[in-house]
Amino acid sequence: MERITRFISPTVVWTADDVDTDQVIPARFLKGTSRSGWGEHLFADRRYDAEGRPRPEFPLNRPEAKGARVLVAGRNFGCGSSREHAVWALQGFGFQAVVALSFADIFRGNALKNGLLPVVVDEQVHSRLVSAPGSNVTVDLEAQKITLADRTEATFPIDPFARYCLLNGIDELQFLLGQEEAVADYERRTGSLSGGSTS
Amino acid sequence: MGQAGPRTLFDKVWESHLVVAATADAPAVLYVDLHLVHEVTSPQAFALLRERGLRVRRPDRTVATMDHSTPTAPRRPGVPIQIPDAQAAAQVKALEANCRDFGIPLHALGSDGQGIVHVIGPELGLTHPGMTIVCGDSHTSTHGAFGALAFGIGTSEVGHVLATQCLLQSRPRTLAVEMDGRLPRGVTAKDLILALIARLGIGGANGHVIEYRGTAIRALSMEERMTVCNMSIEAGARAGMVAPDDTTFEWVAGRPHAPKGTAWDAAVRSWRALPSDDGAAFDGTVRLDASALEPMITYGTNPGMGMPIRGTVPDPAGNATLQRALTYMGLQPGQKLLGRPIDVVFIGSCTNSRLSDLRQAATIFAGRKVAPGVRVLVVPGSQQVKRQAEAEGLDRIFRDAGADWRESGCSLCIAMNGDRLEAGQYAVSTSNRNFEGRQGAGGRTFLASPLTAAAAAVTGRIADAREVLG
Repeated sequence: MERITRFISPTVVWTADDVDTDQVIPARFLKGTSRSGWGEHLFADRRYDAEGRPRPEFPLNRPEAKGARVLVAGRNFGCGSSREHAVWALQGFGFQAVVALSFADIFRGNALKNGLLPVVVDEQVHSRLVSAPGSNVTVDLEAQKITLADRTEATFPIDPFARYCLLNGIDELQFLLGQEEAVADYERRTGSLSGGSTS
Repeated sequence: MGQAGPRTLFDKVWESHLVVAATADAPAVLYVDLHLVHEVTSPQAFALLRERGLRVRRPDRTVATMDHSTPTAPRRPGVPIQIPDAQAAAQVKALEANCRDFGIPLHALGSDGQGIVHVIGPELGLTHPGMTIVCGDSHTSTHGAFGALAFGIGTSEVGHVLATQCLLQSRPRTLAVEMDGRLPRGVTAKDLILALIARLGIGGANGHVIEYRGTAIRALSMEERMTVCNMSIEAGARAGMVAPDDTTFEWVAGRPHAPKGTAWDAAVRSWRALPSDDGAAFDGTVRLDASALEPMITYGTNPGMGMPIRGTVPDPAGNATLQRALTYMGLQPGQKLLGRPIDVVFIGSCTNSRLSDLRQAATIFAGRKVAPGVRVLVVPGSQQVKRQAEAEGLDRIFRDAGADWRESGCSLCIAMNGDRLEAGQYAVSTSNRNFEGRQGAGGRTFLASPLTAAAAAVTGRIADAREVLG
């Protein structure tokens, strides 16, 4: 897991509310078995027409979207399915943070586990971001702070443990593997050792 | 936590699965009793285990099946099953190899136990009250119908559970949904949950575990409770739960993986202690009068956009999300949906593909014909459901009416396996999501109950099943 601390990037703004993971990556693309190669399918049905040509009006297709690492989204971003492919597709496009009014639970968890920062801002900060697409923002995980081009600053909440892991390049699996003794003890204590018989 | 005061069902299941309680620095380590695995969200997790040289810690608490990308076309005995899509075939093969290499029991395509993961867990008796159950699928909430804490996880977490049988979890809030009163004739569990989601909205229960309570819930069968819990995620909830009772125990008893003999008696004793204590506090409460409900249907592009079937499409009044939804659906504010022609009917999915759903649909198909020009897919949730339905002659009723009787799987709910809508087509579907393109790029979905779907099939239009039944 790579460490994340602070980065500066222009934004891409697409602020639809309730963007579900079927919009982020339609299910028909979910047949791959690797973690890479998902970026080209990001927002596929919005980004391309029925013939597969990019729709010029879609924000991700504008020239300034190239190289942008911050997506400004709307409310309840990432609702619907648990597919982590949604996070992989956003990262595959190059995003390192999604700034939104709120996130759906499973998406937020998946994002944090992959180092895609789910940044929640209030309506005031959000409307400033929306009115200045393409402007530079600074995302600082250590300080839990986002700074806009007009120098507006806002702090954002983030799960403290996820933040610790991201800042130090630790992944949760490593942490969980370190709990083996407690797990074995739990299994002895609760009789869970013999409880399983799925075959 | 752990205090002596009255506790909710959720509190009890949560607390009894704490391997390590949450601290200021780290979330709780929660033990997982049962991990369900399918072909779409697992390959990258198995790859991670291989990369790190890890084993599956408890293959005996893990079970796999293939459902999302598998074909549902009718099969001929003795003819090998073909998966025409090379990528889907590779995904299915990968799961076979992973289960073989890591020692995980697999109900493979073509076997007697195959089916939608949330249909086979309960029917095999793997799902028990008081368990923690996870799967890389958001509709894992289905298993909450048994009083289990069951929720969907991403692929990273699938890897965590495979390797450690545990998850790092922050404690969610609780929401009591009190549903009292008797469901009127022709109004089903599906209508109950669609009405709740319309009330809460698609993000209304974010951060919460719902406990469904009240006389309307007590009166539901296990299959109906599964339909309700299944769609908890469509209001944003992590999970939905129903306290176990005699209905639950009767349903579980005697199933292949249910406890037997004295172990059964001990299990039931402990399960009886699970329901929320009197006076237990929830973080929120919502009430719904089941006796005032009508059959529901969605008009928009998320499950929260639902209304009574005789209602009219609302005015977006400046709401861009709703405006976009109506444009996509080709609908106008003020319009009635009743009488609107449709192209496809889908009866299936982890929401409504169990035997009782098929029986309900069959009451409408019996002695009637599918309307000209309408394609109808009836997709049983599992091979077992399929066999039971065939033993009762339901397949004949569907076939005689002109519907397609298919093999088990997710099928047109997620349109990964070749079953899909064409752009512009309208479908009445018993599944759980009407998102843009969910049933095929450009396809347009009306979510409804099996009764409403069957009524649409035989009339060719959106119809009130109560009128069709007479």
